[in-house]
This record gives sequence, structure tokens and C-alpha cells, in this order.
Amino acid sequence: MYELVRGPLVWLGFIVLVGGTLGKLFTTARLASREKTVWPTMSWHYGLRSLLHWLLPFNSRNMRLHPVMTIVSFVFHLCLIVTPLFVMGHAVSWQQSWGFQWWSLPDTVADRMTLLVLLAGGFLLVRRAVAPEVRNVTSFKDALLILLVIAPFMTGFAAHHQWLPYQATIALHIVTGVAWLAAIPFTWLAHMLWFVFTRAYMGSEFGAVRHARDW
Amino acid sequence: MSDPKDMAVKDPGIDDAIAKLTPERIQAAIRQVLDRESAARLQVYLQTCVRCGLCSSACHTYLSRDSDPDFAPVAKVRDTLWVMAQHPDRVDGELLRKSARIAFTECGACRRCSMYCPFGIDIAYLIMTVRRICSLLDVVPQFLQDTTNSHSVTFNQMWVQPDEWIDTLLWQSEEAQDVLAGAGIPLDKEGAEVMYSVIAPEPKILAQLLGNMAVIMKAAKVDWTMPSADGWDNSNMAMYSGDFEVMGRVERAHWERAASLRVKKVVMGECGHAYRGAVYDGPKWLGWQRPPIPMVHAVEFYYDLITSGRLKIVRKIDTPVTVQDPCNIVRGSGLHEKLRYIVRALCSDFRDMSPNYEHNYCCAAGGGIINCGSPWKLSRMKSIRVKAEQLGDTGAHLCITPCHNCHSGLEDVIKHYKLGMHVSFISELLVKAIELPEA
Repeated sequence: MYELVRGPLVWLGFIVLVGGTLGKLFTTARLASREKTVWPTMSWHYGLRSLLHWLLPFNSRNMRLHPVMTIVSFVFHLCLIVTPLFVMGHAVSWQQSWGFQWWSLPDTVADRMTLLVLLAGGFLLVRRAVAPEVRNVTSFKDALLILLVIAPFMTGFAAHHQWLPYQATIALHIVTGVAWLAAIPFTWLAHMLWFVFTRAYMGSEFGAVRHARDW
Repeated sequence: MSDPKDMAVKDPGIDDAIAKLTPERIQAAIRQVLDRESAARLQVYLQTCVRCGLCSSACHTYLSRDSDPDFAPVAKVRDTLWVMAQHPDRVDGELLRKSARIAFTECGACRRCSMYCPFGIDIAYLIMTVRRICSLLDVVPQFLQDTTNSHSVTFNQMWVQPDEWIDTLLWQSEEAQDVLAGAGIPLDKEGAEVMYSVIAPEPKILAQLLGNMAVIMKAAKVDWTMPSADGWDNSNMAMYSGDFEVMGRVERAHWERAASLRVKKVVMGECGHAYRGAVYDGPKWLGWQRPPIPMVHAVEFYYDLITSGRLKIVRKIDTPVTVQDPCNIVRGSGLHEKLRYIVRALCSDFRDMSPNYEHNYCCAAGGGIINCGSPWKLSRMKSIRVKAEQLGDTGAHLCITPCHNCHSGLEDVIKHYKLGMHVSFISELLVKAIELPEA
């Protein structure tokens, strides 16, 4: 069971992620050509200018209006992306499976970053439950998606500290991780993929066409 | 929850049209817009929204209505386009009635929320897509549809007839001559440097603005002209009612008129949405990346005339003034600094609004809202409390705004909230402030 999860299932997760993403990119690029003004509007200068402003904390007025959300959101996304890429356990897996060396974070750092993901994820869930403007547009599925995103961190943390039977926990860790990766192209987790394009397009339209700022 | 009084507003343009619809027609309109007229942007925006609610603090309707979550931009999209895109079979008369109310009367497509969305989702574009679907089904507030009908028949938004147009231009030429000898409105002058473009409310109800412009042009020695035939009005309410076919016709007529006069540039009078239609939405629909002849808005034009010394300001206004940044020329064209330069040149006591520039609140009249007419006026007033507070906080007695919609909208706000202020176009102040050459 464990071998099945660790082998083919992980492959399946990555195939769905990469295949789904490429498929979406391809069909969307073709669709974008149908709108005659989309590609000609895109500007490297203004697109990157907008991305930079929105990727640096507190560089847009809206971020300054919501300081707690800004901090939590940046911590959440940073730890969410960095931890799985550089956690020791994953680096060991890369080496065992494909034999290549990979950087890894010190154990305590990865541990704390995982905790930050869980805390920030908890905050985002609570925010959805209590902030009226978010609760109003949040469905059960939206809450489930956040749970899905933080589930691999929960199970990874539990496995690392061996609170539960290791093999079963790690199998669950892999299953939730794979589900998370596979969900990216097909749910609003796709904002990971589209953020660069939507932001760059808005930045280009504001900057190159309308001569105004969008932050 | 939405205000029951707004939900009870009767509008024959919406209610009677819905009564005539069939499920097949509704499906066909949705499919036409979602499958054929829109493409990547719409799909990506729908997939990207994470329902974070961060667009809320951008919306004057949401803020003015005590942060009622149903007025948040994301909720407006959820209640309209999400249903149309995800469950088209569930779109019935009731949903269309709600969609029309939200898209036409509770959102002015001012694009402030598009600027506040962390992903840059163009929420205003999504609302305009809803309007387009409503328009294909003839579900449009009656007063707004009337302006579109007028465009379709007369190429201007207020049923101004050709003889009335020419008569008004000649009348205002005479008025201008009383102020400044030799001033007048040159008609159809081929090869002029500037074609001056106005919107129908000017000849219809604000004719003195045309006379003002004749004085300003003469004082600045501008080689200019106005067309005597169709193509003079590009105010384009069809852009806001969702009738993009008529919008395209209006813009094409406008640019063809300018091309036939072989002018170097078109100066757009003090109107925001006409500028938007002529420079952005019209060309986009026609498949042009930009207009065929450069267009400058009145703000840029006055700025150039003042900084180049062609207009000399000799009398300043002492009254405390503030300035309203119109969305279509500030978020839409970055003209806020030039606008302030002009205001400072004209006034000695300028008090800026907060927030300002691209972050200024919409007037809640633009985007076709004020054109939805009297049935919706009270709702509009409820949606614009933040603007009243913003205006009141400046302590100004006069608000300058270079936009017809802002102008009319703010007049209503000032009256409704008893702010005791006046609203003025720049040209009205400019004619009193500039040095007029001796006859």
C-alpha cells in the first residue's frame, strides 16, 4: 500500500498537475488570441511593475487597509511554497528516487514554517467564517479547499513527530499532497497559475494604455 | 441583504421585458456572450477568484450601505455572472431582474475594485458582461435604453435633431462674440488642428458650455472646428446599456467624421465616459488597438494651453474649492496631476479630497447609473453616502469636476445630503479667469 502511494500515486499527482496546467495554458493562450487586444496590450515593463508592487508586502493601498490579512497572507503563501520544496524529508526522497542532491531547510526551521502554514491557514478559515463580506461568498467547497491545502502540512507534521503510526500517516500525507497538487489546475487554487497573468494584464492595461497606477 | 425598497423598484424596461422572455431565448443570449463574445479573460477571471472579499473596501456602494456584504463586488458577481456561467439552466426572470438591478444600478463600472483585487481581476468587465447579456434580452432600465435608442436613431444620446444642433452652434457662436470679438464655432473646417467633441447634454441643456469653449479657443488662438453633421456626439450610452453593436456604430461614426475633416487631433470636452468610449471600449469592440486619430481630453488640452502660455490666468477664485477625480480620466487615463495643476492655477484655496487620484470614490452617477433615471434615484443616493462624507470633509464651497456624469451626480449628492456646495466644470471658471485679448 505504502509503495503504491509513494510511487504511482505521486507520479499521477504530478502528471495531473503538469498536464492540467499545460492544457489550461495552451487552451487559454489560444482563447486569448481570439480577443484581438489581449496580447498586444501585454507589456513587460508595466506587467512586471504591477507584479512587483503586489508581491512586496504593503505596497498597495488595499494591503495597507488590511494589515493583519496582508501579513498572514504573505506568511502563509511563502511558507506554503518554500516548505515542501526544501523540507529535509522531501530532499531525501529526491535523492533516494532520482539520486540528485537538493538543498534542505534545517529541521527546526521547516517545523516552524509548517506551524506557520497551519496557523495562517486556520486564520484564513476563521476569517471566512466570521468576516461577513467573505462568509457571504464562501461555500462549503471553499472551506474544504483550504482544508485540503493545509492537510499535507498537518499530516507531514504529525508524521515527522511520529504522533501516529508513521507509515499510515505518511501515506495520508502523500495522498492529501497529491490531491492538493492535482486540484490546482481545476479549482480556484489555479490562482497560483493565473496570478502572474491576470496581474500582468491589469498592470499593462493600467500602465501602458491608461497611464495610471493599479496598486 | 439587499435593500427591500430597491428590490421593489418598478422599471418597465426590466419588468415588462422579462415577462416576454422564454427559457430558450435566455439560454441563447448567455451562450452567445459566454461562448462567442468573451474568451480568455472571462474564463481566467472566473477561475482565479478565491472569494477573499478584499475587493469590498474598494466599492462605494458597499461602504455607503454600512458594509452590507451583498454589495461587495464579489457578491455582485456571485449573484449574477457566476450563476449565468456555472448554472445557465437556473437563469430565470427573477435572476435576470436581480442581475439587471445589480449590474445597471448598483455598479458604475468605475474599476476601483478591479484595482483593489490582489489578482487584478477586472470585476467591472465582469459586470459589463452581465449588462451585455441583459441587453441582448432587452432587459435594460427604461431611461437608459431610451438613450441607446436615441443613439441608434440620431447618433446622439438626447434625440437632438440636425437642425437643432446647427442652430445651437450658431446661437452659441453669437453668444461667444458678445464676450470676445471674433470668437465663434467654425463648422466643418477641413484640415483644422482640432476637432472639438461634445456630448448631447451640451446642446440640449448646457448650451453655454459651447459658447465658453468658443471663447477659450479664440483666446488661445486654436485652429479648431466642430462637425455640423452626425458624429459630433460620442457619449455612447450604448456602451453602458450593453448594446455593443450601437456602441460600435457611434464610435465608428465619430472617428469617420474626424477623419473626413482631416483634423490632427480630437479634443474631448469635459466628459469622462465619452472619452472612455472613444479611446477604449469603442476601439476594442471594433478590433482597433487605439483610435485612428489621437484624442486628448479637455484636461490635457487646458493644461497644454496654460503651460504653453497660450492661455493666461489673470483672475484667481478665492472660494475654497475641491476637485472630483472622474474615474474614466483618472483611473482611466492618469490625468489627476494635470487636473490639479489647472485647479491650482485657477483657485487660491484648493482643498484636496481623501482618498484621491486613482483611489477616489466614484460619483455613483457614471457608468450609466444616473441614466437609469428617476425610479433608481433614491437607491443611487443611498449608494453614495461616502462621497457626501468625502465632499463635506473638505470644507470646500465649490467642487470642480471635468466630467458630465460626475457633475450631475454630485449636484444630486449635494442636494440630497444638504452639503451647501456648488459644482462647476473647468471651462466655466476658465472663461472668467483668462486674459481676453482686446478687440
